[in-house]
Order: sequence, then C-alpha cells, then structure tokens
Amino acid sequence: MSSAHPHEKPWGKRLAAGLVILYALVSIIPLIWIFLTGFKSPQDSISYPPKMVFSPTMEGYVNVFTTRTRQTPEYMETLPPPETWYDELVRSRSMVIAGPSKFGQRFLNSIIIGFGSTFLSVFLGTLAAYAFSRFKIPLKDDLMFFILSTRMMPPIAVAIPIFLMYRELGLADTHLGMILLYTAVNISLAVWLLKGFIDEIPREYEEAAMIDGYSRFQSFRKVVLPQATTGIAATAIFCLIFSWNEYAFALLLTSGTAQTAPPFIPTIIGEGGLDWPAVAAGATLFLVPIVFFTIMLRKHLLRGITFGAVRK
Amino acid sequence: MSRPSILQKIASSAAVATPAPVARQVRGLSDRAIAWLFVTPTILLLLAINIFPLIWTIQLSFTNYKANRAARGEKFIGLRNYERVLGDADIWISLQTTAHFLIWTMLLQVLLGFGLAWLLNKQFKGHSFWTTLILLPMMLSPAVVGNFWRFLYQPQIGLFNYIIAFFTGADPSSFQMLGDVNLAPWSIVIVDTWMWTPYIMLICLAGLRSIPDYIYEAAEVDRASKWRQFWSITVPMVLPFLMLAVLFRAIENFKMFDLVVELTNGGPGSVTELASINLKREAFEKWRTGYSSAFAIILFVTVFGVANIYVKALNAVKQR
Repeated sequence: MSSAHPHEKPWGKRLAAGLVILYALVSIIPLIWIFLTGFKSPQDSISYPPKMVFSPTMEGYVNVFTTRTRQTPEYMETLPPPETWYDELVRSRSMVIAGPSKFGQRFLNSIIIGFGSTFLSVFLGTLAAYAFSRFKIPLKDDLMFFILSTRMMPPIAVAIPIFLMYRELGLADTHLGMILLYTAVNISLAVWLLKGFIDEIPREYEEAAMIDGYSRFQSFRKVVLPQATTGIAATAIFCLIFSWNEYAFALLLTSGTAQTAPPFIPTIIGEGGLDWPAVAAGATLFLVPIVFFTIMLRKHLLRGITFGAVRK
Repeated sequence: MSRPSILQKIASSAAVATPAPVARQVRGLSDRAIAWLFVTPTILLLLAINIFPLIWTIQLSFTNYKANRAARGEKFIGLRNYERVLGDADIWISLQTTAHFLIWTMLLQVLLGFGLAWLLNKQFKGHSFWTTLILLPMMLSPAVVGNFWRFLYQPQIGLFNYIIAFFTGADPSSFQMLGDVNLAPWSIVIVDTWMWTPYIMLICLAGLRSIPDYIYEAAEVDRASKWRQFWSITVPMVLPFLMLAVLFRAIENFKMFDLVVELTNGGPGSVTELASINLKREAFEKWRTGYSSAFAIILFVTVFGVANIYVKALNAVKQR
C-alpha cells in the first residue's frame, strides 16, 4: 500500500506537501519559542515586539538551577572576584548565588518515579499479558475490559480516597507511593500493548521449546521474552512518557520530597513573575528527552496511543 | 487456551514414570498455576489502587465527611450530596463549559486531523519527516506546555498576540486571550487543538492506508468521480478509525485538567472552569469531601456510560 493514489497529479502532490509543511512549521513555532526563550535575558524575553534576534545568554539555565539574593553595590565590592562563569553572570545582575534551587531535586524525582513505575508496570504487565495471550482464563474478556476501564476514571475522582489512604499508610509525598500509583495507572496500557505484541509471536516457538524439554516457565523466559524485546521496549517508553508528563496526581498528592517536575516548573517564574527564561530553560530540559523518545518510538506510536487497537 | 494435549500426555506419562520430586521439576508449574501467578499481581494492584479508592469514594459520597477535619468524623446523610450536586448551578455551568470545550476541540481536531491525514496520504517526498514533526506536541507534558502558552498569550509581549496583530493589523495589546471572558474559552480550545490534532491525524492516516488501491482502481473503471470516490469509499472506510480516535480523545478531554489548570486555572472568573477543575476546588480547596465524592461518581458514571454507548456504535460501524 505504498502508492495510495497512483493517478495523483503532480501539482496535487505539491499542493498537499505545501499545506502540510505550512501546518508543521506553524505548529512547531511554540516549541521553537520555548527553546529560544531559554537563552534570552529576562529583558529580551519580555520586549516588544518579540525579539527574533538576540544575544544568547545562559542566564535562564543558571537561574533555574540556583536561588539568588540581591545585594547592595557596597557589599558586591567586598566580594572576592568570581570563581566561575555562572558566578560572574549572576553578579552582573548585582546578585549572588545563595544556593541550589529545588529544580535539580524535582527533576531527579521525575527520573526516579518515572523509571521505578515504568519498570514495575512493564514487569507486571509482561506477566499478565503473557497469561492473557496464551492461557484460558475464566472471564478473560471481562478482565481485560476491567483493566482498560480503570483508565477512564478522572484522576481527581480517585485522588480523594488515595489522598486519605496514603495519609493513613504514610505513603503521602513518598517516592514509593507515587511509583505504585503511576504503576496502577500505566498497567492498563502495558497489559493491552504487550498482549498485542505477544499475540504476534507464533506459539510454535514455545511448543517446539517445550518438546525439547523446557518447562512452560523456561520457554516463557528463554523463548518468548527475547522475541518480545522490541514490544517491551516500546511499551516501557510509553509508560515512561506517561509518568514523566503526569501532573494531576503529582500536584494533589505531593508537595516536597516526592514532587516531580511538572507541578514545579510553573513555580520557577520567580520574583515579579517575569523570569520566563528560567521557566523556558526548565521546560526545555524537561521536554527534550520526550522529543528524542518520540522519534525513537515513531514506528510504534500508533499502537501506543490507541492501546494496541490500531496496528499498522 | 491450554497447550496441545500431546505435550500434556508426554508430561503426565513422564510424571508417572519418575519419582514425585523429579516429576515436579520436569513439569514445573502447571499452566493454570502460571496463569494465575502471572495475572494476580496486576489485578491486586488495580484492586488496591483503583477499585478500593473507587469504592471508598462511593462510600464517602453518602456522608458529610471533610478530609481537613477528620476528627469530626462522618455522618451518613443518604443521597443528600447527590441532590446538592445536581441542584448546584455552578456544577451545571462547569458541565456546560466542559461541553463547549469538548464539542469545539473535537470538531476542529477532526476537520484538521482528517484534512492533514488526507494530504499526507498523497505520499509526497519527505512526508515521513513532516509527520514526525507534526506529532511532537501531543507527546509533551500538557502542564508544562499549558504553562508556556500562558507566556505566548501575554497581551503585550506574547508571540501569539504579536502574530495575530501582524496579520490582522489589530493592536497586540487590544485583546487578552486569557483575561477576556469571551476569548478565554477559545484560548483553551486553541491550545488543545494545537496539541491533539496530530492524534486524530495519525489514526486517520492509518485508516486511509488501510484502504486497498484496487477499490479506487475499480471505481476509476466505473468512472466514479473523485468526489464520489471520496464520499463513498474514503469516508466510510476511515470512519471506524476516526470514531475510535474521537472516543479516546473525548474521554481524555472530558477529564481535562492539567493543560487548563496551568493555562487559565479556570479563570477569568470561572469561564474556563471545566468539571475536573471544579471538582478539584471542591475536594482540595473547600475540602467538601463527601460532596465532591458524589460529584466524582457522577462524572465517572457519565464517562463510563457514554463510552459504552459509543463503543456499541463503533462496533455497528465496523460491521457495516
């Protein structure tokens, strides 16, 4: 199905290309703007008309990782000369670095919770998907639908009792609590996607292995798992992206220790609500990994966003 | 499906012939044991973190419990919370806001998404690169993106206002996308459409690619016009895909929270206060736990019910 319309006139193709490219370029502007704003000075970021050409500075990136205090010129003169380029940059704004900001720690939380929940959902999901794919399980279709339906719940609706439950169990604002929660949300996607991938592996492979003396479990581990690697990897990336982007639970159930980056980034805005370059720098650092993952996932994207309902 | 009987026969005959411990080793766990061993952890996790909280929400919805005054205890008040929710004008306004958001985002995204997919399906040179570029917005964090769009929408300095002003000649500080009660509902529609049009596009594209060439060739032989071909081949064959895409997006947009919270936080006033945002205010700002639980249940039942009806319609279309 490579040439969908063999009789297409060449100008029709050119017009189509023109319109698609126009849409792509317009839709990418906000992302380019985030990236550029990260390298602007606060003054440049709020100038009118918006500046397309500016002298780049790392100020936004320094600001997102540090907290700074404003000092009097007299005090500034008493200081020894700046040791690093970022010290120098901050002092040129008559401020000194007071310490690291919380951004690094929030970012680390995103990584820990993201990878932790991804590992757990893919681990549990692979087991369940294999069982659903290969065995006769009573009420199989109902169970699969039940697993999917948990995804339809508005997060705020379950956030109330989860908030109460976590408060009782001491899981409120902990990494473990968030990992378990994100695993529960991701597992529906993991089971559905992985079942699709495992369904595609011919049963004959396992049967042959079992005739050769492998037990069921061994044939799962040594025959099915290696065959399912691509599917498992794609599923893992989808789970990771979900946990990485999740906002509602993180906003309502965490406040400090286990807070991830999404609810934190908007609070970077700083004094006067004008430090957009710092927000943009934080957003850029946060969004860039997803851009790479999207490109890596390109072939499986369709499957992932439809829970395996549409395959190419 | 249990494994072929030959294997079981081999296994069981081996079991008879060999002493018990060895037999256990040879056979390993039975298929049935493995099936339950593999499925149970997932089900338990979902029961603990999804179903148990849901049941708790149902229970709370019949009480006057307030989570910030736990010591006060809770009293069973029957269906009064449900009566209050359904009689609350604010709730109905937030549902109207949600309906407006849902209808316009779906309409715009279906038109744009299908249009783009149709153009992309002409397979011009480099279409794969441009597809990937178009897909980027939907993978990003809605909260972070929503927060950044607030910057683009700034009346004086924002890029959005500047571009609109550039093309229309209006003064860029003469309109406020987020501050104006008439424009704010559209500002969230615009960002959601920007973010999720690629979703509809990608699924429609799969639908278009699933149509075999020979159907068009047969139509050419019958001298059906392009217009005829479009309406009697392309549209009906893409429809199941399109409906699936709309189903997924509509469920997500009915629950919409993150993007809009960071973009407008329901404001100005409450003109962009979607159902989820209203629910969050009731539950986590006013701490009316019982009341908000009732509202949460009503929302969940609505999504679930509508989704079920829609799935039936989808199957009907597929079978045609």
